Amino acid sequence: MLYSIGKDSSVLLHLARKAFWPAAPPFPLLHIDTTWKFREMIAFRDRAAAEAGVELRVHTNEDGLREGVNPFDHGSERYTDVMKTVALRQALDEGGYDIIFVGARRDEEKSRAKERVFSLRDAAHQWDPKAQRPEPWNLYNTRLAPGESLRVSPLSNWTEADVWRYIRAEEIPIVPLYYAAERSVVERDGRWIMVDDDRMPLLPGEEPQRRRIRFRTVGCYPLTAAVESDADTLDAVIAETLAADRSEREGRLIDHDRDGSMEVKKKQGYF
Amino acid sequence: MAPAPPPTPPPTLRFVLCGSVDDGKSTVIGRLLYDCRQVFSDELRRVERDSARHGTQGKATDFALLVDGLRDEREQGITIDVAYRSFETPRRRFLVADAPGHEQYTRNMATGASTADLAVVLVDARRGVLPQTARHTRIAALFGVRHAVLAVNKMDLVEWDRDVFEAIRVAWRALAGEIRLAAVEAIPVSALTGANLTRNGTSAPWYDGPTLLAHLETVDVEGAGADRPFRMPVQYVNRPHSDFRGYCGRVAAGAVAVGDAVRISPAGTESRVESIIVGEGTRDRAARGDSVTLTLAPDVDVTRGDVVADADAPAEAADQFQARLVWMHDEPLAVGRRYTLKLHSREVGAAVTRIRHRLDVSNGHELAAPVLRLNDLGTVNLATDRPVPFAPFDESRELGGFILIDPATNATAAAGTIVFPLMRAANVKWQHLDVSKDVRSRLKLQRAQCVWLTGMSASGKSTIANLLDRRLTIEGRHTYLLDGDNVRHGLCRDLGFTEADRVENIRRVAEVARLMVDAGLIVIVAFISPFRSERDYARGLFEPGDFVEVFVDASLEACAERDPKGLYAKALRGEIRNFTGVDSPYERPEHPDLRLDTEKLSPEECVERLTDKLDREFPAPHAPVTEDR
Repeated sequence: MLYSIGKDSSVLLHLARKAFWPAAPPFPLLHIDTTWKFREMIAFRDRAAAEAGVELRVHTNEDGLREGVNPFDHGSERYTDVMKTVALRQALDEGGYDIIFVGARRDEEKSRAKERVFSLRDAAHQWDPKAQRPEPWNLYNTRLAPGESLRVSPLSNWTEADVWRYIRAEEIPIVPLYYAAERSVVERDGRWIMVDDDRMPLLPGEEPQRRRIRFRTVGCYPLTAAVESDADTLDAVIAETLAADRSEREGRLIDHDRDGSMEVKKKQGYF
Repeated sequence: MAPAPPPTPPPTLRFVLCGSVDDGKSTVIGRLLYDCRQVFSDELRRVERDSARHGTQGKATDFALLVDGLRDEREQGITIDVAYRSFETPRRRFLVADAPGHEQYTRNMATGASTADLAVVLVDARRGVLPQTARHTRIAALFGVRHAVLAVNKMDLVEWDRDVFEAIRVAWRALAGEIRLAAVEAIPVSALTGANLTRNGTSAPWYDGPTLLAHLETVDVEGAGADRPFRMPVQYVNRPHSDFRGYCGRVAAGAVAVGDAVRISPAGTESRVESIIVGEGTRDRAARGDSVTLTLAPDVDVTRGDVVADADAPAEAADQFQARLVWMHDEPLAVGRRYTLKLHSREVGAAVTRIRHRLDVSNGHELAAPVLRLNDLGTVNLATDRPVPFAPFDESRELGGFILIDPATNATAAAGTIVFPLMRAANVKWQHLDVSKDVRSRLKLQRAQCVWLTGMSASGKSTIANLLDRRLTIEGRHTYLLDGDNVRHGLCRDLGFTEADRVENIRRVAEVARLMVDAGLIVIVAFISPFRSERDYARGLFEPGDFVEVFVDASLEACAERDPKGLYAKALRGEIRNFTGVDSPYERPEHPDLRLDTEKLSPEECVERLTDKLDREFPAPHAPVTEDR
């Protein structure tokens, strides 16, 4: 199971634990660590895996690390390609996984709305939108030729509201970054970026300041914009999130790089 | 600002939106999403920007761009695949399948309809009910949709003319009646202006019915299912340690409570429900739609694909069915070809034994058909290798809907529905014959069997078959030789070289060979038979040991060099199509009873090995028949 530490991953892991209880889920968690994740995410990840009793596999693109690829000097597009897309492909090739569970939802993005629950990928992990297997009556064809794999998205038909309602109903723990707290941030291009460690180079005139902020989505801290908020309880977060007039991914900078960028990334093997 | 959702989700209605190209499906969905405030402002900004670039509505916002997700279709202005979208109102949560209008994408339409409670059928007011409308409505009905509503779109373009609407409504009612849909509602709308989609406009004072959204919020689609007997297909056997054995699945029909007696189908064993587990907790009861783990006491043998059912009304099992298919594969359906059938959580080998007819979906006529092609709908007889637990599709989508997977390409070749089981074994008894195959063969002092020689053209099949036939005849055996080329002059004269004809060719030859074996003969078949599935089919007609598969093996280079009939030369020049080894595959036998390498062995040596094998492993009876009596 691809585990990104976000709220959807929390829900997916919770569902897997429920489905297989009293056994532990019979598959490992895979985390693609860009080394630029929020520190709170890493702590949460290790705790969640231990509690679930599942093996945690962490993969980092060592080549990218050696070359010092980072979101500041290389731009978000190249950085994402090297540290996420390529890293994911490396990890999947290394693991030889035939089925990879992911927490993708159809309401997140237009190209995802057309992707099957069981999404066939070729040996290069690429998605061919015109060669998708029909899924009548939720019957899934899991046959694979050598090298092929399936990305399985059990949350396909959930909406963001469904995810939050389920987190509340089942009391599922989520990364504390979703809750408002005073954190150290700088304002960059009109967005609040958190200074999570001292690797972040400050631009001239930037002065870290304490702000009461939270995150609508969690990822690499230099690429994840925060919103100012006082929502420090689940109910407050839910009320604020679902009343917002910005799409969930607005805080995720990579989606804006190019029009149709998710579809292009997915054809390349990203999600 | 979107309103905060209620703490528990409202009930979900799944609907499929169908209609012809340019009827405005994506615009309708875009509008519903927009008016129900399910579009975030940044997404809307993006669409407004795209509207100027690719939009079809001039300067106005093109709502279709909210849902046409793929780059290719955004640029072409059409929808090429089924898309799923969600939105909700305080009364209902909706999951919409946006099915494409092109004829060649019937399979996606069928997929969209398969999980829908209701179909919203869209027509253009200027064009009315088209053959394509009938086609989509019929497909939706075949895939389990019982409720439909007609949305007559683009009413603004006919100046909201009441007569136009009434004429379309009459045609619609006639169609819905013929298909037996529970559909009475027809609603005049304009997706462009939004009138009668989510709010009643002033454009049509003569219309006093509900808006499309109001209809969707209130229509009653509760079908049968809740009050049927309990059924749960087992997806997974959970066995973390020797003290625990749980059966995981989703309840497909009815309800179950702790202590209930259950019967496992197809085995027929009985037990009782000991506990119902959901996550870390237990429950007293589970009903249709719940995903649960059951433990049984006493513990009986249950595997994935079994159905746990009410002991008083157990699930039926059968291995012969009449079924409806929608063909979804480029390769047409051929009778006798082997597929993997997936029904609920069970996979089993299966073959279509007969195509009863093809359905012309525009008028409902049933037509004779030798094959089913991509997007064809038809009714067939289907045989599975083993009995499978099922329910007719009309009773249960979960236990009556299936897919066929082509084992050669792994493609999902068809979606199907079980109409009813054919109890052929029970209904049509074989006429019992006193004089049996054994009696006939003993009279001839031989073991009746079929020696099936497979291999590429010019591999040496006919030469070996002929030598073997002479040798056995000299020894006083009663034989017959069926040669691939020769049968095409008579028995199979009407068949060509298409995929379907080749399968029929094999079927006839195998059937004749079986009759001859039954008559006590040793039958030698020399046949390219390039496909594993065809040879397996032939083998399946015979009793174990009566079918000897001999692989006459020579490389393509050797065959092409021998080329006694000049066929390879022609094929390589492109004058013959579908020639085995050149532009059509030869699937080598994985486990032949005997392999003869004709590049190393002479024809005489081959026959020697073959007769050695037959004598050693299949000795002829030496005693006359009378000993039996």
